[in-house]
Amino acid sequence: MSTKSRVSRVSGTRPKSARPRRSHVPYLLLLPALLLELLIHLVPMAMGILMSFRGLTQFFIRDWSRAPWTGWANYELVLDVNRPVGEALLRSFLTTCLFTLLSVGLCWLLGTAAAVFMQESFRGRGLLRALFLVPYALPVYAAVITWAFMFQRDNGLVNHVLHDQLGLGGSGHTFWLLGDNSFWALLTVSVWKGWPFAFLIVTAALQNIPGELYEAAALDGAGIWQQISRITLPSVGAVNQVLVLVLFLWTFNDFNTPFVLFGKAAPEAADLISLHIYQSSFVTWNFGTGSAMSVLLLLFLLLATAGYLLVTTRGRRNGHG
Amino acid sequence: MRRTRAAAAAVTASLLAAATACGGGTANTGGGSDTAPKELTYWASNQGPDLAADQATLTPELKKFEERTGIKVKLEVVPWSDLLNRILAATASGQGPDVLNIGNTWSSSLQATGALLPWNAENFGAIGGKDRFVESAIGSSGATGQDPAAVPLYSMAYALYYNKKMFQEAGIAKPPATWDEMVTIGRQLSKDGKWALGAEGANLSNNIHQAFVLAKQHGADFFDAAGKPTFDSPGAVGAVKQYVDLMAKDKIIAPGNAEYAQNQSLQDFANGKTAMVLWQSAASSFKSHGMKEGDWGVAPVPVPAGGAPGPGGNTNSMVAGINLAVFKNTDNIDGSLKFVKFMTSDEEQKILNKTYGSIPPVKAAQSDPAFATDDLTVLRTTLGTSAAPLPQVPQESQFETAVGTAVKELFADAAAGRPVTTESVKAKLTKAQQQMAS
Repeated sequence: MSTKSRVSRVSGTRPKSARPRRSHVPYLLLLPALLLELLIHLVPMAMGILMSFRGLTQFFIRDWSRAPWTGWANYELVLDVNRPVGEALLRSFLTTCLFTLLSVGLCWLLGTAAAVFMQESFRGRGLLRALFLVPYALPVYAAVITWAFMFQRDNGLVNHVLHDQLGLGGSGHTFWLLGDNSFWALLTVSVWKGWPFAFLIVTAALQNIPGELYEAAALDGAGIWQQISRITLPSVGAVNQVLVLVLFLWTFNDFNTPFVLFGKAAPEAADLISLHIYQSSFVTWNFGTGSAMSVLLLLFLLLATAGYLLVTTRGRRNGHG
Repeated sequence: MRRTRAAAAAVTASLLAAATACGGGTANTGGGSDTAPKELTYWASNQGPDLAADQATLTPELKKFEERTGIKVKLEVVPWSDLLNRILAATASGQGPDVLNIGNTWSSSLQATGALLPWNAENFGAIGGKDRFVESAIGSSGATGQDPAAVPLYSMAYALYYNKKMFQEAGIAKPPATWDEMVTIGRQLSKDGKWALGAEGANLSNNIHQAFVLAKQHGADFFDAAGKPTFDSPGAVGAVKQYVDLMAKDKIIAPGNAEYAQNQSLQDFANGKTAMVLWQSAASSFKSHGMKEGDWGVAPVPVPAGGAPGPGGNTNSMVAGINLAVFKNTDNIDGSLKFVKFMTSDEEQKILNKTYGSIPPVKAAQSDPAFATDDLTVLRTTLGTSAAPLPQVPQESQFETAVGTAVKELFADAAAGRPVTTESVKAKLTKAQQQMAS
């Protein structure tokens, strides 16, 4: 615990002995952050969980300690898929799952492809890289409200280009913000907004792959696809693990995009879960039910994340072994 | 291992960020006090064309108040999209303004939270008495049988605005007075890319206002006497169907209006794309879109055949308007009452309502000639004779969301060419009612 002599031997060849020195100082330095973390994150979370067991409606928000305890009633209500509230939540959940799957997949694919292309140096590479990052750097509201205008049926750019310029799908304009098409509109905006992040992270990861590896592979006769699948992808595997996870969590929880695009009540086809929860609590002033839904969402995300980490980490370790 | 640890850290951080969203406020049980007698915070709603216009209108008046009483008023104009959430947050935390504007339809819902100062006889006495206000306006300031949660500040009513030039070109002498005439005239006007009537199909509140009035005309209410929702009664179904049918069956509303929620229908009206809109106090908006006084005419909203606007089945508007409320947690109760008295004084009522194109809910202020223009006479008469307050029940805001969404979805069906039948309307309204049960 308190040996000083080991420090000097860190540079030795045996990695086993290269343990960092144990001391209380790092923990002391971390303590303020830890306390703040508790205060800012864990306490509100605990309150959220408490709220989910109460009948917290507009009658009690002024002093919510007076709200009656309702036990599992909120959970029974939102989990009963044979009644409208539970049914709507389930549908919203499934929509969100499909949406997340497609959005994360496309973001990752586009980001990785662009990053691999940008690896070669050519004229204007810096400019293109900067351009690619614009959607990520724009304020969400400004970007999404622009899309909302572009998707308008009568005066929107999207319909103008598709129907009037390209003549696709006849001359009748399509509704993008109403009905089933709203899913695709939402997906488009989400991918547009999300892929630069994937691009950025993969680009950074690619910097760490030594050029000699590619040269050696090329000498051995590996083609471009083999280089990508044998060198590039395995080298960025660890980064991808985190990247996909973070994209998943962000997309699954995305509130801003559907809210700005559709307002308080999204069409069924694009009713993402976070917006659904907002509607169930803030708009209808039933905070207990909303909290119960939030807790369920949190549980699902925890389980999904734990499962994902377990599977991917073991898979990679075996692969290396 | 280290990788996993880093990943776990990243994940924990993201999860926490996600879960914080469900955090709540703290308990607070303060009452009014007088600990800060020289200062007031006032949240104004957005009444002018934009927030800056409201600042410009209100600041000189607040200066006047400061000169007279020595109380400095800190003004914040809150956009409509934020106002209700801000009030809820203020209620939950106990940290709010001293005086605030609320949409009068929220009165009962907010009254139920207990966050607003009840206007009992004593408080009304401090501002000159309840009798100074128009009765219908007082009727939409809280649940019946309880002390009002707010006092009326600006009153508005729905009217039929029509484009005079388009009517002239089509050879139509006068605006429709009944719904049958509306449909007949509407079919004449809807051609060559122009449409007769504008609607805000994705604007939940507006949908509610229209559905409420039509329900009255069908002899139905969305809540029964006990305050229980009755959304899918035959009358309510007929009312919603009649409204959506203006697009689905009569085809006098452009399908594109189904996605309007940002007052695009007013823009279309100003650009001569639609000939009529049903709107409340729209004059200043038309002007800001480039129309000139005299380009449009104003008439009462149509009623069922054979009737004239009046109470009951011939109701043709909700009592729209803004109320002024005092936050119970205020630290300057005395100053707050003085401020409400100032804002509802005859003089200020005239100045402010003139600027905003609304009707003063204070009887004495209504006699000013500024409120005798054609526009305002229609609105004033409507308010006085044929306007009814929206249901004054605590669940009012849930009702707006649930039924407003149902109407929005029906408009989406109509726009996409899917049939809108009595059954499909009833199904949507039944679903909306089931959501209220939770």
